Amino acid sequence: MRVVIAKPGLDGHDRGAKVITRVLRDGGHEVIYTGIRKTPEQIVSILIDEDADALGLSSLSGAHEVLIPKICEKMRTAGLSDVIVFAGGIIPEKDHVSLYDSGVRAIFGPGTHSETIIDFLIEISQRKKRGEPTGVGEEIGWHWD
Amino acid sequence: MNSESELLNLALNGDRRSLAKILTRIESGFEPTVSVQNPWTLGVTGPPGAGKSTLIGALISKWLKRGEKIAVLAVDPSSPKSGGALLADRIRMQGTESSDSIYIRSIASRNHPGGLSLFIGHMINVLSASGWSRIIIETVGSGQSQTRIVAFADRILLVEGPDRGDIIQAEKAGILELADIVTVNKSDLPNSKLAYNSLNSSLSLNQNNSISTHLVSALNGDGIDDLFSSIEKCPKSTQREIIRQKERLLSLWDSRLLNYHGLNQLLEQLSTGSITLDEAVDMIQ
Repeated sequence: MRVVIAKPGLDGHDRGAKVITRVLRDGGHEVIYTGIRKTPEQIVSILIDEDADALGLSSLSGAHEVLIPKICEKMRTAGLSDVIVFAGGIIPEKDHVSLYDSGVRAIFGPGTHSETIIDFLIEISQRKKRGEPTGVGEEIGWHWD
Repeated sequence: MNSESELLNLALNGDRRSLAKILTRIESGFEPTVSVQNPWTLGVTGPPGAGKSTLIGALISKWLKRGEKIAVLAVDPSSPKSGGALLADRIRMQGTESSDSIYIRSIASRNHPGGLSLFIGHMINVLSASGWSRIIIETVGSGQSQTRIVAFADRILLVEGPDRGDIIQAEKAGILELADIVTVNKSDLPNSKLAYNSLNSSLSLNQNNSISTHLVSALNGDGIDDLFSSIEKCPKSTQREIIRQKERLLSLWDSRLLNYHGLNQLLEQLSTGSITLDEAVDMIQ
């Protein structure tokens, strides 16, 4: 799978994002890392140009509530409804439901095992094959637990 | 899913998403037919950490001012163990975010038999036919497969770091024979002048003096103007053109061999000694 790992917003701490890129690479995926401080518009352009299957967003600054739904919305507008969105970093439990409602399919907090993220990508590729909704613009409901 | 011909038409008419999808299809074996006239291509290669992506970023700003449309194919190696790849060249091309005039595409070299050579030419053709006037192919200049990818460009820029050891590595890989322009990057670092001098003296040992050499800093912009005009004025070298064509031919030949349907059977026969190497070669058509 081609996966873009992006850091939206102003927070500059990307150790976590870099660990995830490594984990996904070792899991056999092609990972494109955007670097820090990307705007939603930049992230959507990168997804288009790289023909990505999935987007992983890392947020530690607390701006996830604003930025992640905005990125999801822009992806749908740009016709990227079939691209899968997952998130990681510091995202409080109370915000999970609204992010799932915006189209995010998984949220990985601190302490997540790397195998879990690989398993998630296996699950979504199987869901895709079966034609079940997984993309950011497809029917909301299913998310990874 | 759109058909390939629909996607191709949309891509040729400037649709970015279709262009990106066509490039993916080419990676998995689609061979588009497009008519193009002389795509403008530059191969940029050199050891890891020499500053290739940063330098490409600096060159892109120059091309933008001239109104060119620039596409970059950034090739990174795939892990032979997992098959995965970390594609992070775009981070270094700062100030060159994707825009109507810049297209950056990361490519994993994958474990394709015969490497990327089977499809890099198709990618160049589609990009050129879609209006991209400057096409850059970036690879790590180590190993034969990488050399062969860069040989698909019509002009080749070799980027060196300020450490003399890098240049020896490049000579080993045979890339120096292919390069039209060699630049030592990071002139802001202490050893760079030394590296530049030793590069010039090692090149002067060759009869071939038509290689132009530069000392630049992609970081602060020193020497970039001169390098840029060298690239734009790069003369065609018949001698290097022959070496490039040879590399292209060899890589396609390799691909054909590695994709030969009876390869495994031949290898088994060879391993048991039931046929000889010469007989095996004769059997491959």
